Amino acid sequence: MNYAAVSLTSREEIEVHRFSWLVSLGIPLLAIFIQVFFPLRLPFLSVFDLPLLVTIFFAVARRRPIPGMITGALIGTVQDAWTSLPIGVNGIAKTIIGFLASSLGVKLDVDNPGSRFLMTFTFYLVHRVIYVVIVLALVGGNEPFSWGHTLVAALANALLSVVLFAGLDKFKQRM
Amino acid sequence: MENFFSRYKNPLVLMAILFVQVVALATQVKRPEGSGSAASGGTRLIRVWTVTAISPFERALIATGSYIRRNFHNYIDLHDVRQQNRQLQDEIAQLKLEQVRMQQDAEQAKRLRSLLGFTQHYVGQLLPAQVIGTSGAEQSHMIQIDKGSRSGVKVDMPVITPDGIVGKVKDVFPFTSMVLLINDRDSGAGVILQTSRLQGVLRGNPQGELHVGDIMSDEKIDVGEEVVTSGGDRIYPKGLPVGAVSRVSPDRENEPFLAVKVKPAADLSRLEEVLVVTRVAQESPQQSAQDTNVRAADILSERLPSVPKPEETKKTHIPNTRAPAVPSPAPAQPAANATKPGANASVPAAPARAATPTNTTKTGVAPKAVVKPEQKAANPPSPTTTWQKTATPTDTPAANGVPVNHNPQPKVSPTPGKKPKAPAAAEGSPTPTPAASPESQEKPPQ
Repeated sequence: MNYAAVSLTSREEIEVHRFSWLVSLGIPLLAIFIQVFFPLRLPFLSVFDLPLLVTIFFAVARRRPIPGMITGALIGTVQDAWTSLPIGVNGIAKTIIGFLASSLGVKLDVDNPGSRFLMTFTFYLVHRVIYVVIVLALVGGNEPFSWGHTLVAALANALLSVVLFAGLDKFKQRM
Repeated sequence: MENFFSRYKNPLVLMAILFVQVVALATQVKRPEGSGSAASGGTRLIRVWTVTAISPFERALIATGSYIRRNFHNYIDLHDVRQQNRQLQDEIAQLKLEQVRMQQDAEQAKRLRSLLGFTQHYVGQLLPAQVIGTSGAEQSHMIQIDKGSRSGVKVDMPVITPDGIVGKVKDVFPFTSMVLLINDRDSGAGVILQTSRLQGVLRGNPQGELHVGDIMSDEKIDVGEEVVTSGGDRIYPKGLPVGAVSRVSPDRENEPFLAVKVKPAADLSRLEEVLVVTRVAQESPQQSAQDTNVRAADILSERLPSVPKPEETKKTHIPNTRAPAVPSPAPAQPAANATKPGANASVPAAPARAATPTNTTKTGVAPKAVVKPEQKAANPPSPTTTWQKTATPTDTPAANGVPVNHNPQPKVSPTPGKKPKAPAAAEGSPTPTPAASPESQEKPPQ
């Protein structure tokens, strides 16, 4: 009897995708647009962090740390432009998330809904911690941290990521 | 060495990117306050690029939504328009009467303020704007409006709604502006509590709540007490509603002080249209004093003896029950406290149909004016009809001799060239005079 050897780093699992320039530019801008526009009518939607989800998605799909970092840095910096905080707070946090997500994407299968849920849940918490540390340590501001609210927000973002990533998978192009 | 860089390429790139961003962040944080604003050094380029790229889509979406909503509402509401119009016309008439009374009170307050040497700031010009975006983050409370520098918006201009203050303009772009809401942690406003007259500084916090600080714990503040702007921050004009006190508790972090939580009057989470205060009018005491002198001269020149007709006196003579209690003012007093002709009870305009106590309502608001045919013939009304208070026997002089009238009456605009006649009642005299009667006011000055 022949058994096929299956490893966690088989070709299928480490498949690297790329995106057209239109998608690479349009999806993050659309995410930021939705992020700043929709809470105007539905304030509770600000609990979602669409730019973070897009950062995670691109980083994981490309599976290359440097593009993942740059994507995170750009998205975060643009997102900062809309806030009253100094520019760079979200940029730093999302750069780290982009690096971690792309590094994780190289090693693990992150294309199924369960792993995407867990991954986004974890990355949201990490992002939040980094954000708070930056505000407290670098900016010198006062940033409250509520575990309850953060966990609920992480859960909501994780659920949304399952749906969102499935939709964004259609824009993937194999290299 | 080459092996080291190729091996640790990714972490090195990460560190490089983070280093650049941290340096950029440190540059911003260390920069002196206010230097990042458009007024003092320009807005950050990244903000300009981002807002310029995204705001057109927001504006288009808002405009499309407004167009559809407006047309839909126009169609739905059409059948109620006539009835609503009638109700609104009635309401306008009532409000005009109310406005006259308010104007009289405001005039009097202005005069008193000028006597005390106050400088008054008030809303001079408003620019309506539509809210087209938010910061998109829970930690930052900002909104974006569809008016920018092309519309005359400048940094630090206050933004309000009819309900209360909203915030101030933080960044200005050609067609849009970013407004820092009062509940943002970086926001602050000078406020005063309406009843207790305690002053403090209103600040937001990261949760989006409003707190008034710097109030000692031995002060008594009631929940529900209204909070208005004090004007001390030189941004918000004085007297604008801010909100109401929703909770008072000892401030554990600042022990001798109170933690006064304020519920904002404006719904900051659901803003759709706002008003940008593009000009704050200022009135100095000198100007008021000059106005007062001019008015005094006018009044003195107009205070000519007049002999009313006996029947007119009979018609309008109604005993004033408060008259004996009112002291007669000194002869020089009216000049010092003279009031604006046509704006106060001291000098009624000649063609105005004066009120008598018999034609006023319980609330002090006069019913609709009825112009008699003979009055019209004697004094054809001008196309515009204004509402003005006139002297009545019910007028009572204030403590400083300024007459106070709470019975606003309608009047027809005076015919050009016709000089108003000064009534004796304007001086606070308890004796009713024919100047207060409609007939006497229709006559030219003698």
